[in-house]
Amino acid sequence: MTHAIIRSLKSAAAAMVLAGAICGAPALAQDLKIAMSAEPSSVDPHYHNLTPNNQLAKHVFESLTEHDELQRIKPALAESWKVIDDLTWEFKLRANVRFHDGSPFTADDVIFSFNRVPNVPKSPAPKTSYTRGKTIEKIDDLTIRIRTPAPEALMLKHLAQIDIMSAKAAASVTTEDINAGKGAVGTGPYKFVEFVPGDRYVVARNDAYWGEKEPWAKVSYRFIKSDPTRVAAVLAGDVDVIETVPTADAQRLAKEPKLALASALSNRVIYLHLDRLRAESPFIKGKDGATIKNPLNDLKVRQALSKAINRPAIVDRIMEGEAVPASQLVPDSYAGTSKNLKPVAYDVDGAKRLLAEAGLPNGFQLTIHGPNGRYTNDTKLIEAVAQMFTRIGVDTKVETLPPSVFFSRASSGGPDKTPEFSMILAGWSAGTGEPGDSLKALLGSFDPKAGSGSANRGRYSNAEVDKLLAQGLSTVDDDKRADLLARATEIAINDVGIIPIHYQKNTWAAKKGLKVIPRTDEYTFAMSVRTQ
Amino acid sequence: MLAFIIRRLAQAVVVVLAMVSIVFFGAYVVGDPVWMMAPGDATQEQIEEIRRTFGFDQPAHVQFLRFLADIARGEFGRSYVHGSSAIGLILERMPATLELAFAALVFAILFGIPLGLYAGLKPDHWFSRAVMAGSILGFSLPTFWVGLMLIMLFSVMLGWLPATGRGPTVNVLGVETSLLSLEGWRHLMLPAINLGLLKLSLVIRLTRSGAREASLQDYVKFARAKGLSQGRIIGVHILKNILIPIVTVLGLEFGSLVAFSVVTETIFAWPGMGKLLLESIQRLDRPLIVAYVMVVVLLFVTINLIVDILYSALDPRVRITGAES
Repeated sequence: MTHAIIRSLKSAAAAMVLAGAICGAPALAQDLKIAMSAEPSSVDPHYHNLTPNNQLAKHVFESLTEHDELQRIKPALAESWKVIDDLTWEFKLRANVRFHDGSPFTADDVIFSFNRVPNVPKSPAPKTSYTRGKTIEKIDDLTIRIRTPAPEALMLKHLAQIDIMSAKAAASVTTEDINAGKGAVGTGPYKFVEFVPGDRYVVARNDAYWGEKEPWAKVSYRFIKSDPTRVAAVLAGDVDVIETVPTADAQRLAKEPKLALASALSNRVIYLHLDRLRAESPFIKGKDGATIKNPLNDLKVRQALSKAINRPAIVDRIMEGEAVPASQLVPDSYAGTSKNLKPVAYDVDGAKRLLAEAGLPNGFQLTIHGPNGRYTNDTKLIEAVAQMFTRIGVDTKVETLPPSVFFSRASSGGPDKTPEFSMILAGWSAGTGEPGDSLKALLGSFDPKAGSGSANRGRYSNAEVDKLLAQGLSTVDDDKRADLLARATEIAINDVGIIPIHYQKNTWAAKKGLKVIPRTDEYTFAMSVRTQ
Repeated sequence: MLAFIIRRLAQAVVVVLAMVSIVFFGAYVVGDPVWMMAPGDATQEQIEEIRRTFGFDQPAHVQFLRFLADIARGEFGRSYVHGSSAIGLILERMPATLELAFAALVFAILFGIPLGLYAGLKPDHWFSRAVMAGSILGFSLPTFWVGLMLIMLFSVMLGWLPATGRGPTVNVLGVETSLLSLEGWRHLMLPAINLGLLKLSLVIRLTRSGAREASLQDYVKFARAKGLSQGRIIGVHILKNILIPIVTVLGLEFGSLVAFSVVTETIFAWPGMGKLLLESIQRLDRPLIVAYVMVVVLLFVTINLIVDILYSALDPRVRITGAES
């Protein structure tokens, strides 16, 4: 009797385990589940210029040009283009492309999309900087001309940011409609299925896609912000691919037989910005606590601080190998970077000598401010830099703040809305894949009207850099522009306008058998995941 | 009874108004949301444009008055980030959180009361001692650590249960629930245990001390002398008398389960209100933060009301009258 009960219990338990296994197994081998580290605010491609939004939009929508995995421009909905004169570009649109609702793609859809971008109500971050000043003229159904008031060197880069929506399907839809699926009609390799804010985003293969068809019948995105949870999700098989593998886990996961890792150097540089605005800087004091004149205005002091940083040690110990020492604003594999700049070598004696030559043999006191939790290992990184500065006699304190507080104070927390701090650590990613926009924002003279220096929280200003930059940004010829930008970079970096520390790496982990093609722009696309 | 409820609701309005003001100005002091909204490469011009769109260029008191005026019109603010109604966003996620809190509470009661009774009635038994020692662990281990350990053990190493997220949902009378499928329960199990563990310890301790005290009372001795069965003595005479403090505490704790499930929701990527709150704070999405506080205050007020009413059902000595309370 007892025996029989035990046996039936055993078989019941076995049945339960079996049932569990069936439920837990993926429904179809052709489905793909990806965990993102950040959450999109909407699936309306024109609503919010935010990395997760842009990343998801690219599955359903396409633009005239697109970035490949190294952020080089490739044709997409525009098949070819030519520059008619410095102010006019002509684009041939791809023929026989159909939207997901079956309607054909024409010049009208391009014009509609460009008109929609500045008119999305209550957009927290409109994409207007990519459409502003551009007037579009329809030549015929598959030809358009774009005119600009001044030469626009970054035309192709800007076009890659404007997703084309169907003029018919999206004519009068709101952002909320699109989140609910109404009007989420594009030409992309996947069709919109479902968006549940905070939980998931689901797309299905577009079998009528004009390009190469995707291998995945259905792709679900999950949003898992917590690092250990994301790692556990891929280890447990809840998802097939995760992005942003935490640096602390990367080495261990690389040894995990169930997983395959892929990584790429990102376009994000981590750097220090130095106060160049004031004659006396609020967070710099003499060794005795007395007010001194701002030593950061002395080139020798700036060079000394850069030499004091042991970049290889930071990459090795703090970033656990998930970074590369930086020499400038974007990695030198990109066009427009200087091949002459190398990461500044670690040299304590040289740094002390420079400080002595600058008349500060005993150093000074300094506070570095930075965000807490905005960049990979940011707090640990600032602490390490502070220790390295202290080693050359610059007694350095660290103060980290929540990003929401930090950026607002670092940009305009001081008197008359000036930057508040003496030295900050921050990061910058070159969305366009070349240094032009980065230089303009970080090292161009602060001028709100001209749109330059928008992230110049040190208020560095150098007339020669500004001149080369202005020339570069209005030179349509790629080689000439690259040369001008490289020269501007060299001058600003040799003048230590910022102190570059490292470029972050992006790492993905995928189930064995899947291959992730790593991208430099930190995007995770289903289009980049293939079976091996 | 009616006067009692009306008075309570009037109090609630005052509490909500006070909380909303505190939270609004608190969030205002924390920082300028424009820096969390604008992309890193935004120009000064774009930043000013965003400020104007959302009215951040106005002084704090003007923004607050505008906000109050909106509320008076029944418009409780739109999330800066999502662009849709803040209350709507919270209510959309509420079923997930309620489901989780409910499951956690059931877990705590289902295991807590029997274990606590046993420990209270047989305090010297080794099993009782083990339960009490275990409940200390339940109190003192941090939720996030326990959560990660549960995931490591049951999802990563044993592979029994999914590590993250909520199961498939079905719409029942307008509410999305995942409680109707096996897959839904499999997803719910770990987060519910994680969230309920602390409450389980609490219930064990409350029940045990109540049971120990009650079992020495005269009425229990008398019942025993009358020759009543052990089951009836425990079930009717002891349990019923010790339920009052347990109901009070659990009522309030249910509120805190709902309001502060933030850690569990984040660790298990559970798409509830707590996760939404955390993200809103990080992004300084003021309307959402304020709306969340309003919802939570109302929730606590309602729970307190229900607890008070339940009291009178459990203990006839407590009478709810307008004058008394």
